[in-house]
Amino acid sequence: MSDQKTIQEIENEIVEEFSLFDSWDDKYEYIIDLGKKLPVLEDKHKLDENKVRGCQSTVWLVADYIDGKVHFKADSDAVIVKGLISMLIRVLSGHTPDEIIQASLGFIQKIGMTTHLAQTRSNGLLAMVKQMKNFALAYKIKNTMSHGERSAETKSN
Amino acid sequence: MIQSNTITKELDVYAIRQQFPALNRQVKGQPLVYFDNAATTQKPQVVIDALVDYYTNYNANVHRGIHTLAEEATAAFEASRDAARQFINAASREEIIFTRGTTEGINLVAFTWGRKNIKAGDEIIITEMEHHSNIVPWQLLCEEKGATLRVIPQLNGELLLDEYKKLLSSRTKLVSVVHVSNALGTVNPVEEIIKLAHQAGALVMIDGAQSSVHLDIDVQAMDCDFFAFSSHKVYGPTGIGVLYGKKHILEAMPPFQGGGEMIKEVSMLKTTFNDLPYKFEAGTPNIGDAVVLKAALDYVSKVGKEKIRNHEKELLAYATEQVQQIPGIRIIGSAAEKVSVLSFVIDKVHPQDIGILLDNRGIAVRTGHHCAQPLMFCFGIPGTIRASFAMYNTKEEVDKLIVGLQKALKMLL
Ligand SMILES: Cc1ncc(COP(=O)(O)O)c(C=O)c1O
Repeated sequence: MSDQKTIQEIENEIVEEFSLFDSWDDKYEYIIDLGKKLPVLEDKHKLDENKVRGCQSTVWLVADYIDGKVHFKADSDAVIVKGLISMLIRVLSGHTPDEIIQASLGFIQKIGMTTHLAQTRSNGLLAMVKQMKNFALAYKIKNTMSHGERSAETKSN
Repeated sequence: MIQSNTITKELDVYAIRQQFPALNRQVKGQPLVYFDNAATTQKPQVVIDALVDYYTNYNANVHRGIHTLAEEATAAFEASRDAARQFINAASREEIIFTRGTTEGINLVAFTWGRKNIKAGDEIIITEMEHHSNIVPWQLLCEEKGATLRVIPQLNGELLLDEYKKLLSSRTKLVSVVHVSNALGTVNPVEEIIKLAHQAGALVMIDGAQSSVHLDIDVQAMDCDFFAFSSHKVYGPTGIGVLYGKKHILEAMPPFQGGGEMIKEVSMLKTTFNDLPYKFEAGTPNIGDAVVLKAALDYVSKVGKEKIRNHEKELLAYATEQVQQIPGIRIIGSAAEKVSVLSFVIDKVHPQDIGILLDNRGIAVRTGHHCAQPLMFCFGIPGTIRASFAMYNTKEEVDKLIVGLQKALKMLL
């Protein structure tokens, strides 16, 4: 448990990986590869209610809450977007609601993805981040309501 | 020297490019290839200069002051109205109403003429290839009035006129049709559509957002009742457009918004309205952009629409032919009459991915549904990749697009 990387550590890892690429083509090739490798979401999850709004392509996002940690699964019909979500999942999945809510996600800017993607598409990326944080917030609230004071203990684990 | 004939007929695209400063810029370290002209065109230096000149030298409110600046601004504002009249060959300047653009022009007609004339049980006809701005205003109106919206279907990008004839009846009060489809490039047979509508006793509104920059517009010959276009798609500034309406129809219409400029006299009991076109231009208009519209229209006329059209036709034919080399490509919209728009999809690839990777090479195309979701639905696709051409585009740029597409596919597949 204690050897689990923090969100910040994973973000740093990604920034370091991207620093090895010399060209945008290389970066995109990597992102496309991530997109292709992300497991497809089962059809039962591909519902309207799981769609992330504000994206030109269709993005589905679902979350699970297991042992105090939020786990994300996502899919998209566009592969670059899928690669971007794959990175977000790598960074955020398996962390506590509080950690997810507080994540700065500065890596997106550091790897050049906010400036590089045009407004509408980067809004899509922001929409995904917002949706993931919303899930975390919802679990946190649910958690506080059902466990009362115990939520504080879960956090310090 | 001997070829003076061809020189006057052909566009000197390289000289033209010099006049558009935006084309000099680099995007992602590459020279910009701008193929999103159906969304908005880049602006020539004369247009940019005219805007600076207005704000530098004669910015004033129009129609009110008697001082020199106000007179100069008013003269320029009204000269622009005359230029717009001439551009679409309207019979009189009273028929030219300044709007924010095509969208506002259509909404103005729906709100004023529509609210006065459309009743429960009436029908309005549009087509399957409308931009959302020629769908939603009519939907709202129909909902409010209990009227019905009817839709002319299309096949492979061409309207089915036989179906249109079946839709027409004495219940039809208005037919509102896009002249040139922004998503497909189809040039619709508006003359025939108008003639048939008039025979049925209906009025016709033409959405000229895409046609006004490519085709010679003659609203009198066309005999449409309303025609709307946007300055920003005709190399002019954003935020200004024109609504044309036949004078007797405009005169019978109630005003749009209330305020200054549109009134003759106001008392607390009754207000009398100003004459055309001011009746529909409440408040201080967008003077700066209206003034500059003239510079844009003059520029287009000076270059020559026919030359521009021939050049764009050649580009479209070349691009259509070249793009077929791409495996898995499907061109969306194959009407016989098309201008300047090449819309396509590629097997197993999302348009957005292509758009991102082309942008990465400095190539600007549009991807998505192009504000025509019902049309995309008909084709069974979420959207297309659209390259749309303007007077300053070249075959070399089309070649870059093809290479860009090939490289993108290599990365994606
Ligand atoms: C066919 C068509 N109609 C209407 C519009 C709306 O024009 P505007 O946004 O300038 O009001 C557009 C613009 O994209 C268009 O292409």
